[in-house]
Amino acid sequence: MSDSDKRTISLPVLGEVSRRTALKAGGATLGLAAFAAAVSPLAGLRGRLSAQELMQRHYKELSADDKAKIFERLENEAKERYGADVKIKDPKAIPGVRYGYAINLSVCNGNGACMEACHRENNHDRSTNQSYIRVFEMPIGTTDFKHGDSTYTHDVPREGKYYLPVQCFQCENPPCVDVCPVEATWQEEDGIVVVDYNWCIGCRYCQAACPYHARRFNWKEPQIPAEEVNPDQGYLSNRIRPAGVVEKCHFCLHRTREGRQPACLEACPTGARIFGNLLDPESEIRTVLRTKRVFVLKEELGARPTLFYFFD
Amino acid sequence: MAIQAQQARPGHLVSYPRFLWRSLVMATDGSLAFYAWMTMLTAVALVGANAWANQVASGMIVTNMTDHVSWGLYIANFTFMVGVAAGGVMMVIPGYLYRNKEMHDVVIIGELLAIAAIVMCLLFVTVDLGRPDRFWHLIPGLGRFNFPISMLTWDVIVLNGYLLLNLHICGYLLYIRYLGKKPEPRWYVPFVMISIVWAVSIHTVTAFLFSGLGGRPFWKSALLAPQFLASAFVAGPAFLILTMFILRRIGGVVISDRPIQLLVQIIRVTVLINLLMLCSKLFTEFYTGGAYSKHAIYLFFGWEGHNALVPWIWTAIVFNLIAAVLFLLPAAMRSVRVVSIACVLAFVGLWIEKGMGLIVPGFVPSTLSEMVEYVPNLTEWQVSAGIWAFGLMIYTVALKIAIPIMRGEERFIAPVEVADDTPHEPPADQPPAGEASATDQTQADPPERDSGGESGRSP
Repeated sequence: MSDSDKRTISLPVLGEVSRRTALKAGGATLGLAAFAAAVSPLAGLRGRLSAQELMQRHYKELSADDKAKIFERLENEAKERYGADVKIKDPKAIPGVRYGYAINLSVCNGNGACMEACHRENNHDRSTNQSYIRVFEMPIGTTDFKHGDSTYTHDVPREGKYYLPVQCFQCENPPCVDVCPVEATWQEEDGIVVVDYNWCIGCRYCQAACPYHARRFNWKEPQIPAEEVNPDQGYLSNRIRPAGVVEKCHFCLHRTREGRQPACLEACPTGARIFGNLLDPESEIRTVLRTKRVFVLKEELGARPTLFYFFD
Repeated sequence: MAIQAQQARPGHLVSYPRFLWRSLVMATDGSLAFYAWMTMLTAVALVGANAWANQVASGMIVTNMTDHVSWGLYIANFTFMVGVAAGGVMMVIPGYLYRNKEMHDVVIIGELLAIAAIVMCLLFVTVDLGRPDRFWHLIPGLGRFNFPISMLTWDVIVLNGYLLLNLHICGYLLYIRYLGKKPEPRWYVPFVMISIVWAVSIHTVTAFLFSGLGGRPFWKSALLAPQFLASAFVAGPAFLILTMFILRRIGGVVISDRPIQLLVQIIRVTVLINLLMLCSKLFTEFYTGGAYSKHAIYLFFGWEGHNALVPWIWTAIVFNLIAAVLFLLPAAMRSVRVVSIACVLAFVGLWIEKGMGLIVPGFVPSTLSEMVEYVPNLTEWQVSAGIWAFGLMIYTVALKIAIPIMRGEERFIAPVEVADDTPHEPPADQPPAGEASATDQTQADPPERDSGGESGRSP
């Protein structure tokens, strides 16, 4: 036993304790206080993270009643944080429908209206100019993205270039769905791959798995001015996403499941985009697949995209 | 009679809390150097905790990761630390399977390293989560566990399983030694055997996390899992050798040269296997070239002016080569200095190669061939350093508790009033064959033990 162990000090309540014990207790108290101070930034989350949100179950386990309550809570949060009156709905997949998309590369001129429409429709963060669509300017003569550029800002179209819009291909065999450890992302009956933004843990394994760079992570809370918030929102689609979760193109299911066209198609001034039901033999998209020179990106990977490109 | 026996031999209800209490005392008692070391680690860990708290509060925008490079320093460290945890098994195999006596005496140093390394792995994954508040979604039964499809769920199982196995093995051995008894093989040997297979599984599954991604050609290689294992069996033993040197020099613990020499001999083989696999990988990447080789080209030579990783990877290659030469020198069997340098170089070299050098080029160029580079920022370094400091705290404290117990310096002493009461009567409810439990623990001398413990560490 060392000398310091034999020395004692007198403390109120506790009485005589060894000096070493007192020092240890003091050190432990100091350490705990320092730890509390170190993690004090977490206190900023109080009020932003309700108990209901923390305890919320997976989308597929929610009753109609649960959903009504959750949608109301999310609408209140949108009002509180964004000052916007929004309506959240949850349209279901239509039986007998499997969506497909085709883009005519012969007429796309890279004007970027689709990107802009997606940005506004889907309540993307304004500061990062986020969108589910990116248009690559490619030199004629190659399909290698190495030669492409998705950051151009000049006037289009340019001589010797063609334009290739890229978004989620809603693969029939989606690698992103397989890897998710918590089933926060899945494929719906109509082929659309969705994310439960209130279940995703933000591990970003799906981003690593996607061969097409279709998924985006919310590195921060999106910022949108109140008057620009799109109030027509779907729970699994364009509602304002929380920070720290992954999101992706959902073929505007809050529109398309109600018989409307995706926002990007509606905005396209060239008519390059064709959206429809792959299970309907009379649909325009089936005609395109039957009669045009159609291809998909990275077919060799076997993900089986349902967004097709074609040339006239 | 049974009541008497119980009085004579206080049950686990008395001795186990006492064991925990003594562990706490041992963990917090030490020299000035020990306190300085722990204070330093605490300070670094607190800086990390603060950086992480800021990251949670502000969003992961405070890191340098992007949608293009969506995993960075955290997952790099995670991947490497899985290897260190698995590497501890290179003491367990000789210690238990080949009954190498010297290794058996010190094997707990490797098992405790596995515990600390796995805790670090779990922390590195946690700090990488965008929503740590939803951590419970990953708990089987509570959340929705995408097993067996998602390899990440396999990793959750194998990492936590490995942690529990090692906690049980170390906890059991230490408690029984503390009681002065001989450990019963049936309570730990089967778990040790499972842990050997399990060690291989944790790094295999972690490699499959990456090699199972069809859209990432840099990782989609059948060689990835064997490569992970080979480097784990260099980095793990290297760290253990350094630990034993430090324990000998600073901790005053007597450890013979034999286990260290055996680890050097193991590394002599694994370091070469690792280099061979690296050569094989490089040949496949560079001989024919093609689109799938662009990640390796970026990593080793840069790509059109983008070369953030080039200095990292060449440092790793040079360190690994020098380490391999040093390990193979005859002096490696005698010279503490040569082995120490070799271990440090190998450890740092592999930390780069199987960390940043493995994760980041998988994302650069992106799946659509865009060049977006990544260099970790201060927040990421602070959080990572904090986790390293915390892991070292766990390891230090664990060794601080384990070594005196394994050397027999720390023993359970029954409470006086109980010990006075029929101290020499053997308990009736014990089977006569249980020689260890029949030994009177109130004797002044420690009772006979199995081969482990003191031998090789003369006082």
